[in-house]
Amino acid sequence: MANDAQDLPRVAGNGLLDRRLFMRTLALGAVGTATAGVSLADPVSKGQPEWMLAPGATTEDYGTPSHYEMARTRRWTVPPAGQTATGRSIVAFTPHHQLHGTLTPNGLHFEVNHHGIPDIDPDQHELIIHGMVRQPIKFNVAALANYPTETHNYFLECSGNSGRLWADKPTPANLDITHGLLSGSEWTGVPLATLLDEAGLQPGAKWIIAEGADSGSVSRSVPMDKAMGDAMIALYQNGERLRPGQGYPMRLFNPGFEGNTSIKWVRSIRVTDRPAMTRFETRTYTDLMPDGKALQFSLGMDVKSVITRPSNSTVLPKKGVYEVTGIAWSGNGRITRVEVSADGGVTWADAALQGPVLPIMLTRFRIPWQWDGGPAVLQSRAYDEAGRIQPSRADLIAARGTHGNYHFNGIHSWGVGEDGGIAHVYA
Amino acid sequence: MSTPKLLRFCVFLLAGIGMTTAGADNGFGTPATEEDIERVYLSIFPDGENLPDGSGTADEGKAVYEMYCTVCHGADGEGTLADKLVGGRGTLDSDSPDKTVGSYWPYATTVFNYIRRSMPYTAPMSLTNEEYYAITAFVLHKNDIISADKVLDRNSLPDVSMPNRDGFVNAYPDIPPEYDYMH
Ligand code: HEC
Repeated sequence: MANDAQDLPRVAGNGLLDRRLFMRTLALGAVGTATAGVSLADPVSKGQPEWMLAPGATTEDYGTPSHYEMARTRRWTVPPAGQTATGRSIVAFTPHHQLHGTLTPNGLHFEVNHHGIPDIDPDQHELIIHGMVRQPIKFNVAALANYPTETHNYFLECSGNSGRLWADKPTPANLDITHGLLSGSEWTGVPLATLLDEAGLQPGAKWIIAEGADSGSVSRSVPMDKAMGDAMIALYQNGERLRPGQGYPMRLFNPGFEGNTSIKWVRSIRVTDRPAMTRFETRTYTDLMPDGKALQFSLGMDVKSVITRPSNSTVLPKKGVYEVTGIAWSGNGRITRVEVSADGGVTWADAALQGPVLPIMLTRFRIPWQWDGGPAVLQSRAYDEAGRIQPSRADLIAARGTHGNYHFNGIHSWGVGEDGGIAHVYA
Repeated sequence: MSTPKLLRFCVFLLAGIGMTTAGADNGFGTPATEEDIERVYLSIFPDGENLPDGSGTADEGKAVYEMYCTVCHGADGEGTLADKLVGGRGTLDSDSPDKTVGSYWPYATTVFNYIRRSMPYTAPMSLTNEEYYAITAFVLHKNDIISADKVLDRNSLPDVSMPNRDGFVNAYPDIPPEYDYMH
């Protein structure tokens, strides 16, 4: 952190600096650490940290994070109000304020399990494809292992992500609660089109109804262009078998669609000419508009971004140059541009995008910012290759009201106070 | 044979022509049997496709509901540990919309299907089809949608007219322009 940045080039109001700056001038010189004086009578170890003075732990069969991190880098899993009937948590939110990558560690991926996580014996699980097909067929895990696979980095987002930002007051909640129903992973599986082709679609087949092997057999209708497009039956996440909370041993994955459509523990795919109008596409995951009508099959996740650092879980210790960083994503394809504002949206500057910028995946952005100790409002605004631009919260609400519950993608604002404290604000 | 069953049978016959093994040459799927399909095919469509045999009325459903549902949803469907199932009519365009089976759900078949496949929450699918018809009738009756003695079965359930049947606007592939912030 440089304190003397008066001459650094400004690119927008209230201290935003050129996005290339960190690469150019702010590389800090190596700081020499003075070694404690060791006299002739002392063992050489004097002053060294205790973890260097005896051999460390042995390796684990399955590695775990540092126990220090286990205590602080955690998902948020308290059951939301109204869903406590079983006394168990059905949700887990990714702590984006504590993470810095674009790939979410498997143990920190978000989950929404309406009817809990089934304990499925992979040797007994089958996926059956039936309905408007030439030949109904079934696959177990072993059969699917014979197919060529595809691997893609994709984000997955629940349409309920950021739901509390429809509320008329800003929230003291951290980024896990406001943006944690979003994660990014490398997904590997068999293209669904391969399996549907094998079953043989009949003319007039327009939808699939996917159903899970959980205790609610959660089910969704998915349009055929998706099913025959980039949908896959995912078997691996970040290189290892799916975790139980992600659908072990197999899940449907619909890139860029709202998370609930990517049916976990999938065991049935019915090919039909119309949707089934399941509970999760009528009562739930439909977006109520101000006129009392509700948007149905609002499946695509729109362009969105959020600043993850600094955030309301941190404090700026003193004036100086800071990195402002965050993530941007769009179900429509690649992120093409992210702008950042430090003056509540009056002026904007381009942030640097971390490559490779992949379609339907989290993209990290960064920009240097010189905080002069005065009040500031930090915001980010994302653009995607379909030409969509992340809206201000006010514009979003003007179009959709505040009762939609789902698909909030408005610009997020962090208010910075003179004491360096940070809070969520509406700006 | 019911129409869906008959259709399925014809499809099966057609599929059989010139095909001894499943699918494409390099496929690894194996043929699914009628029993396989029956086990996993739980979806029920608004037109009644795949509704099971059986019937029930709200009068019959009251006691069953009390036994299996009241603890979480309240004796009158007012919601206790879990969702409210009754009320909220006319609130959808108000300041505090109240989405329930009565005010929001567009199809009675979805109500029956969801209850039958997922409830009671801790023991899904544990009741008989007769009981599920009766409980569904009870929940609909509590919402003033059907009378207490109305018999629900595979023929009458799809005809139940839900108050919010026309309350939904298709948003696939695109959000209608009037609700899009970019228009
Ligand atoms: C142990 C508590 C419990 C019991 C008993 C129970 N339910 Fe539920 N029910 C729930 C929970 C929890 C949900 C919400 C599940 C979700 O949203 O993921 C729910 C949701 C529902 C819904 C959907 C409500 C809506 O508007 O979204 C209906 C309808 C329903 N239950 C009916 C029933 C009926 C009928 C019975 C009795 C056969 C029953 N439930 C028994 C806990 C229970």
